Amino acid sequence: MNFELSDEQRSLQEAARDALGRADTVEAARDALEDPSKLPNLWDTATAAGWTGLLVSEEHGGVGLGPLDAMLIAAECGRRLAPMPLIGHLPATLLAEGDELEQLAAGDKRGALLPAMPPTDLDDAWTVDPQSGLRRSPAPALSGGKVTGRVHWVPDATDADYLVAIAVENGTPKAVLIEASQAGVKIEPVIAYDATRQMAHVELDAAEGKVLGASADDIALAWSVAQSLIAAESLGAVEEALERSVKYALERYTFGRQIGSYQAVKHSLVEILRLMENARSLMYFAGWAGESAPEQFTLAAHTFRVGAGEALDYAARALISVHGGIGATWEHDAPLFFRRAQLSRRLLGGTGAAADRVAGELLAAAGATPAKG
Amino acid sequence: MDLNDTPEQAEYRTKVRTWLDAHKANAPGLEGPQPGHEEEFVTVRRAWQREMAEGGFAGVTWPAEFGGQGLGPLDQVIVGQEFQAAGVPGILDVIGIGMLGPTIIAHGTDEQKQRYLAPMLHADEVWCQLFSEPAAGSDLAGIQTRAALQEDGSWKLTGQKVWTTNAHFASYGLILARTNSEVTKHKGMSMFIVPMDAEGVEIRPLRQITGEAEFNEVFFDDAHIPADAIVGPVDGGWMVALTTLLFERLAIGGGSESFGYRADRFAKAIADDPVASADSDVRHRLGKLATDLLALRYTGYRHLTDIERGGLPGSEAALGKVTAVKAAIEAGDLIADVIGPEALAEGEWSYLISFLPGLKSAGGTEEILRNMVGERVLGLPTEPRLDKGVPFSELKALEREGAKS
Repeated sequence: MNFELSDEQRSLQEAARDALGRADTVEAARDALEDPSKLPNLWDTATAAGWTGLLVSEEHGGVGLGPLDAMLIAAECGRRLAPMPLIGHLPATLLAEGDELEQLAAGDKRGALLPAMPPTDLDDAWTVDPQSGLRRSPAPALSGGKVTGRVHWVPDATDADYLVAIAVENGTPKAVLIEASQAGVKIEPVIAYDATRQMAHVELDAAEGKVLGASADDIALAWSVAQSLIAAESLGAVEEALERSVKYALERYTFGRQIGSYQAVKHSLVEILRLMENARSLMYFAGWAGESAPEQFTLAAHTFRVGAGEALDYAARALISVHGGIGATWEHDAPLFFRRAQLSRRLLGGTGAAADRVAGELLAAAGATPAKG
Repeated sequence: MDLNDTPEQAEYRTKVRTWLDAHKANAPGLEGPQPGHEEEFVTVRRAWQREMAEGGFAGVTWPAEFGGQGLGPLDQVIVGQEFQAAGVPGILDVIGIGMLGPTIIAHGTDEQKQRYLAPMLHADEVWCQLFSEPAAGSDLAGIQTRAALQEDGSWKLTGQKVWTTNAHFASYGLILARTNSEVTKHKGMSMFIVPMDAEGVEIRPLRQITGEAEFNEVFFDDAHIPADAIVGPVDGGWMVALTTLLFERLAIGGGSESFGYRADRFAKAIADDPVASADSDVRHRLGKLATDLLALRYTGYRHLTDIERGGLPGSEAALGKVTAVKAAIEAGDLIADVIGPEALAEGEWSYLISFLPGLKSAGGTEEILRNMVGERVLGLPTEPRLDKGVPFSELKALEREGAKS
């Protein structure tokens, strides 16, 4: 029994904290709301630290670490609201191959997954997030080696060199590596509520690409890894929100005593802690499954998404309310965490779809035969 | 990160399995007492605990000199896991072996250890814990049961205890009583061993929402206990009680799944219904509560890792109960919403639903747990207290006055 981080993983965490501490990314998150050019470029940081090739084997120029290591980095990025394009890039490196993979691993090229949700126990189709509404859009189609279709709300596509699209051919999903600069690709940046996430809608019109060897399982794995990374970013943001909330609850006095002594405030802060520790356990579950129990990784990654999402929703609101009125002003940092929470919960299928998949996995294991349609 | 045993643990696990293979035919069922057959239930479970003790699987962590195995908490966990996997119950006297015996080992006299520990281990004598009172739950140090010193050095007990598990078949109880009201409340208590069949001790079952009487009320009316029944120093009972509560915390390592609140169990209840299995609201609720229950499972592994490394889980471990109760309440509500009113007829789900409101307060109310965690883990200040430095007798007078106005 050893269900804790290894010494190497703790060092990785500390190194990431150091590297990310050099720029005031929280301040930049506010400035970028009015002027996106204020976002610091952290790609060099990622490349220097080897994060770009974190999940790529050494044989292909990466550092050959596992999903838990990637989650730890993502958590540190989340703590600082750092505009680090790992959610798009890292899952893309799971599917890429050959020279392009080596370029991505080295950080010479940036990748972005055009995420597609795998089928569930209720729906056989591969789908992408719709531009708006509840009806999911079909994943792009692959025909004659060319990809056509629209993918909405794609993280990290704006600056990507290679897009890894999930496109369906005769019912089978294929991963296709596409050069972003070609004529058949239109990347339309979308104004984002959280300026630290560069979001775009991507339109592919007979875009040419290299059809990769990835299987449907590999593609589903990339989706689950993306879920675990957005969850880890949320967990990091929750840690920061709790730290800041506790600090203020100790500094601020009302009626002659610290507000942290009042049960109503104390219990709310403990609720953040409870949700945070639950989410951390789920991160370890996902990390452990990714390494030692791959058959449980889908379940684990989606529970982590649900747990960390709930934690951030709660923590971001509590951070504002603990600070009182000042917490809801433009100048304060609390709204930046709130913006992160609001956008995160609605990306990559949203936390709702993740909860649905958790249920679906458990129901299938229990032998359910859901009545479809 | 791995969930595997060390070679020593694997060897011990094999030993437990081997013993279980040879003995599990003698094991009683997992179900609780059937109405009208309570005595029979206790008899067979006592016999099973005795068999476990002889095999070395009761008091696993007790020192060898008191009949234990002198092993670590992780070995205790392995025993629990293997018994659960084999579908057989563990010891009957969880409170005695897990909390009260270790308290006597820590604070008792040599004579007390000689007299009481071996019969406790073998279930020849079952024990109960007499701490909570009708007016002292969260504020345990506010107990009012009095132990009055007699001229011959013996004591007379007067007062009432409540929420006493197993009192109706226990031979002895460990009781926290007030021995001095003229000092502040934490300083005037002492711990005693009381024979449950002593004159002046009356035990009444306490029925709960479920209809079952899992607990008792125990009344003391001038019950006489000898001078050598005190555990620890006179007026030093609070320290002894803290030891008991520490062992309670160590027992958390077993995790919430020992209650049977598991994601797969609740999913199975939904999976039988094809319409519910496809319903988006049902799935959403199931997904969320299952996430909480899986978080608890893996939190349990983190605590076991702490224990394996020679530590204790942090105080935040107490929040596991909050999550377990919350998720189980949501599961009961969901399953009953799917089944309809029939779920409330006597049976598995009706019992679950009726049991949980009480569990919310058991072992520390949620409010008290959140205070404790907020103060110990987050370093938040306590609320101002009105009982500091006030002798217990004055405090009670102040409370009575306050209640009148």
